[in-house]
Amino acid sequence: MRYMMIIHHDADALAKAPQQELWADYAAFNQALAKAGAGFSSGLRLHEAKGATVVRSKAGKTEVLDGPYADTREQLAGYYFIDVPTLEQAVEWANRCPSAKYGAVEIRPIVEQTAS
Amino acid sequence: MTADARQAAEQVARDSYGRLLAFLAARTRDVAGAEDALAEAFASALKSWPETGVPANPDAWLLTVARRRQTDTIRRRQTRVAGEEHIQLMSEEIEAASASPDVIPDRRLALMFACAHPDVEAGMRAPLILQTILGMTAVDIAAAFLIPPATMGQRLVRAKARIRDNGIPFAIPEREDLAARLDAVLEAIYAAYAKGWTELGDTSADRMADEAIWLGRLVVSLLPEEPEAKGMLALMLYAEARREARRDPTGAYVPLESQDITLWDEPQILAAESLLHHANAAGPTGRYQIEAAIQSAHIARCVSGKNNWQSVVALYDVLLALTQSPVVTLNRAAALAETLGPKAALASLDSIADDKRMADYQPYWAARGHLAARAGRKEDAHEALTLAIGLSTDDAVRHYLMAQRVRLQDG
Repeated sequence: MRYMMIIHHDADALAKAPQQELWADYAAFNQALAKAGAGFSSGLRLHEAKGATVVRSKAGKTEVLDGPYADTREQLAGYYFIDVPTLEQAVEWANRCPSAKYGAVEIRPIVEQTAS
Repeated sequence: MTADARQAAEQVARDSYGRLLAFLAARTRDVAGAEDALAEAFASALKSWPETGVPANPDAWLLTVARRRQTDTIRRRQTRVAGEEHIQLMSEEIEAASASPDVIPDRRLALMFACAHPDVEAGMRAPLILQTILGMTAVDIAAAFLIPPATMGQRLVRAKARIRDNGIPFAIPEREDLAARLDAVLEAIYAAYAKGWTELGDTSADRMADEAIWLGRLVVSLLPEEPEAKGMLALMLYAEARREARRDPTGAYVPLESQDITLWDEPQILAAESLLHHANAAGPTGRYQIEAAIQSAHIARCVSGKNNWQSVVALYDVLLALTQSPVVTLNRAAALAETLGPKAALASLDSIADDKRMADYQPYWAARGHLAARAGRKEDAHEALTLAIGLSTDDAVRHYLMAQRVRLQDG
């Protein structure tokens, strides 16, 4: 099963984190992801959520707003992909992610397109 | 109540739970139904005992109430004559049991064999045993196995339905099948123990280790003739004896060779030694006995200071022939580094280098990094240690590996 692993950061906790160690951990984590095989990939890191712009289109009218989509303490910060047979293994990969300590990692199975 | 008395009381309750559940579920094979009946019995005990006092034989009291519940349920479901006969049989059995409560037959072993039956998904055997024998909740089990509680709950329900629908027997297998089937029971218990071992300093996991040891003791007491059961219990006790020494006062990870042996729990080691001695009386016969013997050798070396790596490698050779497991190849390499040197140890890993299971197996990369560093292959060591760091889920281990990687640049 392929999973998208969605990282939600708590900005305060992240700011207090030992930065150098965190990014060293991330380098190691991304290397482990790369080594794990096809279906694994380090995703992308996003800029802080306060720089987000949200667009909605309702009845032909476009609405553009500043700030993140959800007003929560933990904000979407990045993602990566894994391909493992069981949820247990997915949990393990979430646990390995250095961001798990500074927020949360959401595990979302990917809907596979069935050949038609 | 003193801590000891409370522990003793808990022990009795725990002992009763599995015993009563095993007895209730044995005939119907309906584990979930038996759990419901027993839960109701415990609930009515909580209601009536404060008023009427605790009955002389609490087990018999609980059993009678639970059995009544159970027969009511069956009566509601099936009114056929066959059902009535079944109920008749059950009632006679229960009357006999409550008349002489000291001889409530102990069917926990049969229940464990049902839980570890080949038809039950391998990953669910340990959780099922923890729930049925110890009465652990799905939430507690889920916490130790790092699974969402609702998912664990659903899987437990499915596994119980499987036992009922497939008519999995509640029986101790015949002699010729016993070894293989017992292996599944021991594997499930050991899996529970491993959950409590690998996660350093995690409280739900610590508790899981205690529960697994309790189950190990139970199996040994119910199957006193089986050397592998003793071997597995010895293996768990050896590991448990060193629990305190695995961390230094700052919480950092301490590998075996650097551990302070005064922190080891001597009574546990002696208990393990004695179990292993009894198990091996007729020569070692299985993987747990050999793994326990390896632990015994490690402890002897650390205590006496006398090099015995040669015999450790020899034990690993036997274990490898028995299991063909890449994990054994990996552990053997660490011992081989002490006899033939790190280069030979690295070469011995070539046979499992392409094994897909090793790609994200943290101990593999940690060992590779460690061996490459000792062999002076700095680049290989750096890469392997980096992967091991990336695959670690434990901070203490991660920091230990980072320090190793830093030393690479210094040395």
